[in-house]
Order: sequence, then C-alpha cells, then structure tokens
Amino acid sequence: MTGVLNTVGAPLERLEGPAKVTGTATYAFEHRPDDPVYLHPLQATIARGRVTNIDTAAAESLEGVHTVLTHTNAERLASTPDSELAVLQSDEVGFRGQLIGAVLADTPETAHHAASLIGITYERHPHDAAFRDDSDVVYTHDGSNPMMSADLVHGDVDTALAAATFTLDATYTTPAEYNNPMEPHATIACWQDGELTLHDSNQGSHVVRAVVAPLLGVEPERVHVISPHVGGGFGAKGMPHSHVILVALAAKALPGRSVKCALTRQHMFSLVGYRPPTVQRIRLGADSEGRLTATGHDSLEQTARIKEFADQSANASRNMYVSPNRHITNRLAALDVPPGTWMRGPGETGGMYALETAMDEMAQVCGVDPIEFRLRNEPESDPSSGLPFSSRNLVACLREGAEKFGWRHRDPTPGVRREGDWLIGTGVAASTFPTLSFPGSMATIRCCSDGRYRVDIGASDLGTGARTALSQIAAEALEVSVEAVDLHLGSTTQPFASLAGGSAGTASWGSAIVHVARTFREEHGSTPEPGAETTATAPPNPAAGEYSMHAYGAQFAEVRVHADTGEIRVPRLLGVFAAGRIINPRTAHSQFLGGMTMGVSMALHEHSVTDERFGHVVNQDFAGYHIASNADIGSIEATWLDEYDPHVNPMGSKGIGEVGIVGTAAAVGNAAHHATGIRVRELPLTPDKFLISP
Amino acid sequence: MKPFDYQRATDTDTAVATVSRNPNARYLGGGTNLVDHMKLGVSSPELLVDVSRLSSDTVETLPDGGVRVGAAVRNSDLAAEPIIRQRYPVLAHALLAGASGQLRNLATTGGNLLQRTRCVYFQDVTTPCNKREPGTGCSALDGYTRYHAVLGSSEHCVATHPSDMAVALTALDAVVHTQGPSGPRSIPVADLHRLPGDEPDRDTVLEHGELITAVDLPALPMAARSNYRKVRDRASYAFALVSVAAAVDIAGDTIRDVRIAFGGLAHKPWRATLAENALRGAPATEATFRTAADAELAEARPLSDNEFKIPMARNTLTSVLRDLTQQEGS
Repeated sequence: MTGVLNTVGAPLERLEGPAKVTGTATYAFEHRPDDPVYLHPLQATIARGRVTNIDTAAAESLEGVHTVLTHTNAERLASTPDSELAVLQSDEVGFRGQLIGAVLADTPETAHHAASLIGITYERHPHDAAFRDDSDVVYTHDGSNPMMSADLVHGDVDTALAAATFTLDATYTTPAEYNNPMEPHATIACWQDGELTLHDSNQGSHVVRAVVAPLLGVEPERVHVISPHVGGGFGAKGMPHSHVILVALAAKALPGRSVKCALTRQHMFSLVGYRPPTVQRIRLGADSEGRLTATGHDSLEQTARIKEFADQSANASRNMYVSPNRHITNRLAALDVPPGTWMRGPGETGGMYALETAMDEMAQVCGVDPIEFRLRNEPESDPSSGLPFSSRNLVACLREGAEKFGWRHRDPTPGVRREGDWLIGTGVAASTFPTLSFPGSMATIRCCSDGRYRVDIGASDLGTGARTALSQIAAEALEVSVEAVDLHLGSTTQPFASLAGGSAGTASWGSAIVHVARTFREEHGSTPEPGAETTATAPPNPAAGEYSMHAYGAQFAEVRVHADTGEIRVPRLLGVFAAGRIINPRTAHSQFLGGMTMGVSMALHEHSVTDERFGHVVNQDFAGYHIASNADIGSIEATWLDEYDPHVNPMGSKGIGEVGIVGTAAAVGNAAHHATGIRVRELPLTPDKFLISP
Repeated sequence: MKPFDYQRATDTDTAVATVSRNPNARYLGGGTNLVDHMKLGVSSPELLVDVSRLSSDTVETLPDGGVRVGAAVRNSDLAAEPIIRQRYPVLAHALLAGASGQLRNLATTGGNLLQRTRCVYFQDVTTPCNKREPGTGCSALDGYTRYHAVLGSSEHCVATHPSDMAVALTALDAVVHTQGPSGPRSIPVADLHRLPGDEPDRDTVLEHGELITAVDLPALPMAARSNYRKVRDRASYAFALVSVAAAVDIAGDTIRDVRIAFGGLAHKPWRATLAENALRGAPATEATFRTAADAELAEARPLSDNEFKIPMARNTLTSVLRDLTQQEGS
C-alpha cells in the first residue's frame, strides 16, 4: 500500500511548508495577545558572588515601565535542586550572565532603555572559569546520566598497550559549541484565574509543563504550553531554561497581562546551554594484522558548578570497534560558568571526532587503508554489553560510500596532490548514534464526521518534518491515505508525548500512534462511526534490553587547503547511512544534509571563546561565533541503505536527526591531513593551523 | 535603547551645523554599524541626522582622469560600476569581499570608511574598553586577540579597522572630501584613520560634525592591474584575518611601480610603504616579494592569539604579487 496511499516511505512535502514559506506559520513570539507587556532580562556582570543592591528608581520612574523584578520582590518558587531554574530566589550569582532581574514595560525599547538605567552593586567572590585538567576542579560524576556510568573497564589496557605491535597516544580538543537554532528562544506567559498559559519555543510542551508547574506550585493541568512551530532547537530547547521561569514569574506579578520575552542572540551564549568543551586522550594498541587489542578513551569536559551536565563523550568508544581491552573514562571540570546541555548528537559528536581521528591516525601507523582498518575491527556483537546488534550496517555503509566516492584509486600519501595553489585530500570517518525510544507517549485517534481521522499527540515539530512523518505513520497504521489524517501536535491540550530529543521523537511518538491506531481498529473496526475515539499509551518495546540498537553511517570528505594562506574548503561531502526504515525520504534527506552541514561548521568554524578573567563567552554573536556560510558548503550528498530492523520499534525506523553530524568533523580533519600532511587535533580547523612558512 | 530624535537632512550646510552644535548628534548613513551600536549600548546618540539621501549617490569621471564617488553611493552599486571594475578592480574586489549582499546594499561609501572596530570588548559594554570609555583599560590586550593588531598598536588599544573598502582606497591614494564646522577640506584616505596612541577613542582625524561628502580616486593606470585578497575564517561573511590590496606596474620582469596596503593588521588600513620601496625597481621574483613583506612586517608585534598573522600576511602578499606579476600584460 506504500506509495498508493502516500504513507510511510513516500517523499511527502512538509504539510506546513506553504504556511512557513508564506510567513503564516505562527512561532512563539509571533502570537499577538492584547495589550502585551515586554520583558527585558537583567544579567549578572560578575561570574561569582552576591548582588548587594539593585537601584531600580530611575528605571521605574520611566513612563511605560510597570515594574522591575528582582530577587527582593519576586515570588518564591518551590524548592528545587536545579539551580539554573531557581530564578530570582536569592542574591547569589553562580555565573556571569545569570538572570538577576527583569524590566517589564509597554514596549521592548522602553524595557531595554530602563534596564540600562538600573544600577547593580555586587560583592565579588573569586571565580574560576579556566577549563583545564586540574585536581582542584576535576571530579568523577555519578547520577546525572543514570543510564551511563562514568567509567567502563574491560581487561587491562596498559598491559595490552605494552604488548601491542602498533600504538597511538594522542589528545584531541573540542571547544564549547553553541546550538544556535535559527529561532531564538521566546516565551509569552499569561496568568489568568489561576491558570498559566505559555506560548513557548521548545522541544516538548509536556516537558515544559512538567518542569514549570511544580516550581510554581500549581497543578500540571493548570499550565498550558503551546508550541505549534519551532525554528530549531538542537537540544537547546530540550528542557526549559531560566528565561521561561523568569517570564512566568513576571506574568504572575501582572495577572491578566501577557508578558513577552524574546532572547537575543547574545543572551543565547549564557542562558540556554551549549556543548561543553572537551579534552580527550585516546590510546590505541593493535597487533601486527591491524586488529585493535586496546582502546583507551579518557575524556574531560567542562561542567557548571551550579548544575552538573555530563556529555560523556568518551562513551562513543564503548561499542564502536572490537577491542578485548578497553578503558573508558569520563571526568568533569566544575567551573563558575553557565550550565551546558545537549547539543545535536550529544556525546557521540565530540567523542567520535576524537575516536575517528585516532582511527585514521592508527590506520596510518599500522600501514592499513582507513576503511580496511575499520573493517578489520568490526564487532559481531556489542563489545560493551555482549548483546547482539538489532542491526548494524557500518561495513555496508563504508563499502557503498567507498564505491560512490571513488575511494579505490586513492593514494594514501599525504601532501602530494595539488591543483594550482590548492592542496587536495580525502578522508573518511564512521558515524553512529544510539537508537532510543522514550516511554510513555500517548495519542488520541478520533473518527471525524467527514470520515477523516484526527490524531492528537503532544509532540513537537522543530522544523524536522515530524508532523508530516507522524501523519504518514498514522495513515499506514490506519490503512488510509495520508490526506485522510489530520494530525495535531505542539500543545499540552494534546495527550502526553516525550520530548523531541535523542533522535527518539519519531520512534517514541510513532510507536504510540501505531499502537493507538491498531487499538482503534480493534475497538471500532474499519468503518467506525463518527466520534469513535481511542486514547492509549505506547507499550514498552519488548526487544529493549535484548539488543544493542544504533544507527550507523560513513562520511567521506574532500578537502582543499590553500598552500599560501592555509584557507580550508570542503568542496565535496558524502554520507551513507544505515538508519532502519526511512519514513519520509524528503525530510530524512534534509535531516542528513543538515547534520552534515552542521558537522562542516563544527570542523571549520564553531569556536566560542571564554575569557577566563570575566567568565563569559566574548564572541557572543554571529560576527564573532562563526557558523558555516553558504559559501563554505560545496556538494553534499546524503544517501542511505535499505535496512530492515524488526526490533527497534513497530515502524522499523531509527532516529536520523543526529547521526548526520557525527563523524563529519573527523572526516574533514582526516582529509585535511591527507591534503597537507598536517595533523590538527584541535577543533576548529582554521587557516592558521595549516600555514606553512617557507 | 535610549530614545532619540531623527531628522532627514535637506542640505549639507544645515546637516553639518545641526550635528556640529550637538555633541550627542550623529550622522546616519546605511545604519549597518551605528544601529547595531545603539542596540548594544555602545552608542547612545540623542539625535540622528540622516544623510543617506543628501550626499551624491553617483560615480563620475573627473577632468584629470580620476573618478569621484559620492559619499552616499551604496557598496553594492560601487562594486558593480563598470569604470570601477575595469580601472580599479582592487576596489571592486574589496567591496565584494565585505559583509554580505544585504549589508552591501545598505552600506554607503562614507559610512563604510567610518565603521568602527569589531573588537569583542569594544562591542560588549560589560567589559572595560579605552576606545568606548577612555581610561577604563584595554580588555583585549590580555584577552582574545585573534582579530587584533600586530602593527602600530599601543598599550591603550590593539583593535583593528574592519573595512575592506578602505584598504583598497588606501592603496589607490584616494582622497576624502569633507564638509565640517570649519569648512570644506580634503584628506588622503591614508591619513583619515589614526593609530590609537593614547587616544584610541578617536578612530579618525575628523572633527565632530565633519561630514564625508565624496571620495576621489586618482587616475592611476597601474590600478587596472590590481587585486584584493582577503584571508578569513570562513569563505564568506567574516572580517579579515589578513587582507592585501595591491596594484603593480611591471616592465619586463622589473617592478616599475607598486601600491600595497594591508587590512586586518592595524588600527587603520596599513599602507605598506617599506614593502613598496623594497619592490620598486626590483625583479618580480618570489624572493623579492618575501623580502619586501619582511621589510614591512619587521616591526610587527603579535599578541597571544595572533602570531600567525605575520606569516599569513607575508604569504598572502607574496601570493597576490605572484598572481599580479604573472598576469598577461595589462
């Protein structure tokens, strides 16, 4: 029936595409409440200490200013261990940029001007914002990622390294990277009759409700979160950040009024999280045949003293390749900095940059082609858990990619190809991301009077095409055409759905929709009466815990480096992925392209600079924090294998939002080394690192 | 932002008189830099006098063979002007290397010259900056200096000038015409911008209220053989790490005359007179180019993050001269 009914597997255009390109799709800040009040946040300009006084007199005397909210007059929230969200609850400052107040005024300009008139005095305490490996700040975390321990030790890496024929010991660094979705975070809050309504840009309206309601001491049913269209999140909108609480507090101070707040790009460099910087040491040992005997991956990441976040980048090395001896550690350095968070491909993106660069280096040490080296170290089952893989087609991706990319004729010698002033090289890296599914998502299916089916699920479409893919899943499960499905998402008026994250949205929500559709047919048959309705929760996956589930990919890059200036270009990129059944080839293709583009950006550009003296990111705008421009992106081809996996979920699909970024930076770096002979182990790969002085 | 008044100027004399008598008044051209500064709190003028429709927006040929560019000519228009593309390719290339298409459509010739440094500390009102608030100290000196100066800086300021266009104009010996409270005057572009010294708040030699009305390009036949090369951290839409504007006049294998200016290295477009002197009359060889670059860069003093600028400037100049001297005769 696929194709005929335009259901799963059809390259359907985004259902909301016309609304978006004509500007009629309403994003959070674009909702137009009557008589709004505008909020301008106040941020700490010290990295650690106490606010001793806030002089608001001049600001409050300005015409159009309603009030200035500070810790002295803000309502008390319920006690929370999450210091990021304990907004205006004390005079303490834990990082530079922390919210310490808000101006509420009739216009954004007045609020902004008033904020500039506020005098703040501090008691400064010594702060520490210098990311480094130092016992003063480094510790072993436990608990912040309950599913993943900090360490994994199999066998004896040191002994195996001593006995190995070939060894590598190299350290790689990645800077803090900022999610920077195109739509900055925005919230409109209104308290009316004991109910809070939030128009909010987020990755899960039910998540926002679940966090905000207890903090404010109201029943969850009294908090309504509406988020029909979201202009990207990449993890930065996965959990509500402090501005959401601030706007809710402000709304409570002005009952009946809608309070609007849109963060600026600069705000986003201190208030909504980032991928923490890492220092990763990788040690590899191999026998004379190029088979790994030892894998050590020790990662150090920055975390905030006020709130722990562990990216656990070393975990990428837990189950990627065969290695009888394995020593994986994740450590954190706690500093007086803003809290980090998930950013596209958390863990794997940073960790696989290091591992896949090391694999390229090790292939050279062993004198083996880098693709062949990976093939020799392909595991038959998950080497960390011993579980069988539900499906694993990394080898097929590498082979297919090698064929498409023209790898066969590659001369491995670095630094010997030149066209005009440009040195040319090619590189490869593997990609992987776990196939996850979050429990508990619910959906409602109802037969409408026109014979169509209304599907309600409180899921999120961040611009990925989730609304379209879920409509296709519903159509297939109901055995109707997609035109007969009217799917609604993005609001807490719809049944609970887990957040859009971990590349698990389609799997989690789709599982619920398939289950509800089947139940609906069981209850109401194939010709239901109008008004027939079923609501149910996705059952747990019976195969969970029995299989190791991941998506894989192979990334190939061609790189050119200017012999005089060191400028680096990526004219060609190819990604071949194995990610289960592809629900919608059109939107899936965009996801892969987007991930790979973000990977080029990570490889070449993205670099936030924390000035340790002040404690904040000083290049806090798009002139200073570079993201790949159009001119930086050449040909990108993304393709995938037909992969059948009956274990992952009822659709047979794997998450595709993140696997596209994993490995790209390593492929680019490996190609840059092939072009120049210069091995850079520190991202980003900027021109100064490839300067050759004659 | 702070509330301000806006006036659209009807004639130059009134505009100059209005701004001159109000220390908190500013001219508004394309607004691509000033409006950002108003949002950031870097600049809080009481009055904006819009001169974007006042000055000439035409490019005309002068009787001596030079070209006069009106101060209100937009960057995009100037880059597309046939006479600029043919006779001063270095200028067209520099314009197109700057900013983005949207910004070039707005930015004016006069305003481009007067844009201010993109030093992150200058633009962040929560950090000390001698240029923004004299006497508060220079945060960049011991801070993030990837884009900062290696030539001509002082202990008070290590910022760079961000314009590409100004680097080309400096190499071309262009002259700025102004109308100020003390009347009209002409200033070579090379003398328009200042080194920071102990007054880094003063970017240029202009008085408050002095308005740029036009820029003259001299008739410079060698400019037909010229180029602008900008090395930056991404392929487009980034400020220069190093840039080179150069024009050469070559006879056989000998360099008869040459014009060179660097961008990204100093508080002003850096006219490379030492390199020019080393090249005049010398053979057009790789070794000569490098010797000339070294002569100019001998006084360079890098900061913690920008030592690479010296070899990058040397290599880029060498690359530009190699390409220009290997071209078929102009």
